[in-house]
Amino acid sequence: MIVSADARPALPQPGGWRCEAARIEQIRQETSDVSTYEFAWRDGAKEEGRSFAPGQFHMVYLPGYGEAALSISSNPAKSETFAHTVRRLGNVTHALARLSVGDSVGIRGPFGTPWPLDRFAGHDIVIASGGLGLAPLRPVIYELVSNRDRYGRVAIAYGARTPNDLLFADEFQSWRDNDLEVAVTVDMDALGWDGPVGVVPGLIDTLDADFETAAVFICGPEIMMRYTVQEAFQRSAKSQNIFLAMERNMSCGMGLCGRCQIGPVLLCRDGPVVCYETIAPFLNLEDL
Amino acid sequence: MVSQELTTGDFVRIDKASLQSIVSRLVELGYRVVGPTIVDGAVAFAELSDVQQLPIGVVDEQEAGHYRLRHTDSGSFFDYVVGPHSLKNYLFPACQAVCSAVRSDDGWNFDASPLAAQPIAAIGVRACDLRALAIQDRVFLGGSFVDAAYQTRRKGLFLLAVNCRRATATCFCHSMAAGPAVVEGADLVLTEMDDHFVLRVDTAKGCEALATTLHRHCSKDEIAAAQAVSESLEESMRVDSGKEPIKQRRHLETEGLHDLLLANLTHPEWDAVAERCLACGNCTMVCPTCFCSSVDEISDLTGDDAHRERRWDSCFTGEHSRMHSGTVRATTAARYRQWLTHKLATWIDQFGEVGCVGCGRCITWCPVGIDLTAEVAAIREGAS
Repeated sequence: MIVSADARPALPQPGGWRCEAARIEQIRQETSDVSTYEFAWRDGAKEEGRSFAPGQFHMVYLPGYGEAALSISSNPAKSETFAHTVRRLGNVTHALARLSVGDSVGIRGPFGTPWPLDRFAGHDIVIASGGLGLAPLRPVIYELVSNRDRYGRVAIAYGARTPNDLLFADEFQSWRDNDLEVAVTVDMDALGWDGPVGVVPGLIDTLDADFETAAVFICGPEIMMRYTVQEAFQRSAKSQNIFLAMERNMSCGMGLCGRCQIGPVLLCRDGPVVCYETIAPFLNLEDL
Repeated sequence: MVSQELTTGDFVRIDKASLQSIVSRLVELGYRVVGPTIVDGAVAFAELSDVQQLPIGVVDEQEAGHYRLRHTDSGSFFDYVVGPHSLKNYLFPACQAVCSAVRSDDGWNFDASPLAAQPIAAIGVRACDLRALAIQDRVFLGGSFVDAAYQTRRKGLFLLAVNCRRATATCFCHSMAAGPAVVEGADLVLTEMDDHFVLRVDTAKGCEALATTLHRHCSKDEIAAAQAVSESLEESMRVDSGKEPIKQRRHLETEGLHDLLLANLTHPEWDAVAERCLACGNCTMVCPTCFCSSVDEISDLTGDDAHRERRWDSCFTGEHSRMHSGTVRATTAARYRQWLTHKLATWIDQFGEVGCVGCGRCITWCPVGIDLTAEVAAIREGAS
């Protein structure tokens, strides 16, 4: 079941600090500094409340190092295992990169507001992502592929710095085979690349979708998201149908620690997926 | 004086000396009793077993960046107002373990169950602090996720509140509809009179606490006299006819405040206040509603035993908004703006109510005397 953006769990959940052990089942190197880690819950199969909706994240705990908020990049229909696609950036993600299959970590969550897919059943879906921003949208793509009839046209615009930085490139063909349009661009040309060179906002104009009624899901660097929104507006997208996955320093995941605020939004609670209409007044202000 | 049957809603009269028997009774009932005492020259909450530990006869003088205690021979028990501590220090302690991790052959094992704690009885809590408690309740208990440790402490909490009979120059609870009279949220509500206390019994727990204390029911006149204490104080706060030499009555105009602040995120006053602000975070530490926290990782030398400790954090630090790409709020202007707009505007978006109770602590304990009521007025002045 997909939880809608405006339907948060109704009942108080006391277990937000509860940490469950999960074991690394598989590690797949995606690019030079990004890997996908597949985990299985160590103490038993699927636990109550451990299933996730596309766009949600876990707080991944490596004792001795700390926690990192990591979006879930795997198929939401499978909850006995889950995956995180992670770039080595900080203390925790570097420590994660040193682990091997069989090692365990702690998991809290899932937390956050998912992509509001159920609200757009029957509509076209546009996905725009840059770099690692494809990771939190991959569960959406799994859902679209699994329930292809539920949605209208689906168009994916994806870009990375170089062809070697493209995530999940071996899956593009299967997405296309399932009637998803996949437009891919790179910032810099490279030997053997015969696709477009440019930025993701530049692809929006080429996509086959009815932007006036489509859901537009965007995740990438903030600057990329801002320009993509402008391009979507050029194609008459509605601001209430545009959703961004934002990033701040989520710490508790429950809206209790105040650290991931952007204006009125407590991002771990009201996001990471936020409606453009809500966040727009606070998006272009330096230092907010 | 005889002890009569008690029900909630009763007003009873006790001798001042009988306050001790309430404290002793609370200790007997298993509470850890805390109340105002003098610590390092300020009124602060501490463990209380003897009412003589209360700052009897003490009066506080507070102004922006100024706090002094004055000793008088009045013999009054509660004529100081609020010091740097609040109930936050007990319900949301400055440092608290949230999870431990121990490595075994099987990998890591985690334990995040909250520690059992002795229930707390707080004596001498003021109206503004009860309002702040309600605001923190909304943060920690009102959402999808509940902070279990806070919930446990909150459930066990006993509150003997006191109606203020004076205000200091930094008080503006009347602007925030948070005082000075205690309306709800306490078990017992005490009003200090010249030679006795009047207690309003608000809960069954309050009845239980009074069970061994000599008391008698108040007459109508006694009730009216007690109620007049808060009424006349509130009147003196609203008009500038203070009975004490208060230089300037503070007031925060709340009309349209949310939209005013959010429409003025680039107002020049943010830079002007940043010229004075030290970004020390004192205001957030003494604020009874500020709830920001961070979690520290603590590990032993073997690396096989670690735990996570939640500590108060402040939006005035660079670390508070630090991401891998850098600190989002890099300037003092941005941090002050975050604090003030959160407290007075976006708190409403997040939790449905304003995050300020008008206790004035942030004004008093600011080392450079920045006054949020003056900052709001300055923003209102040049508002767009």
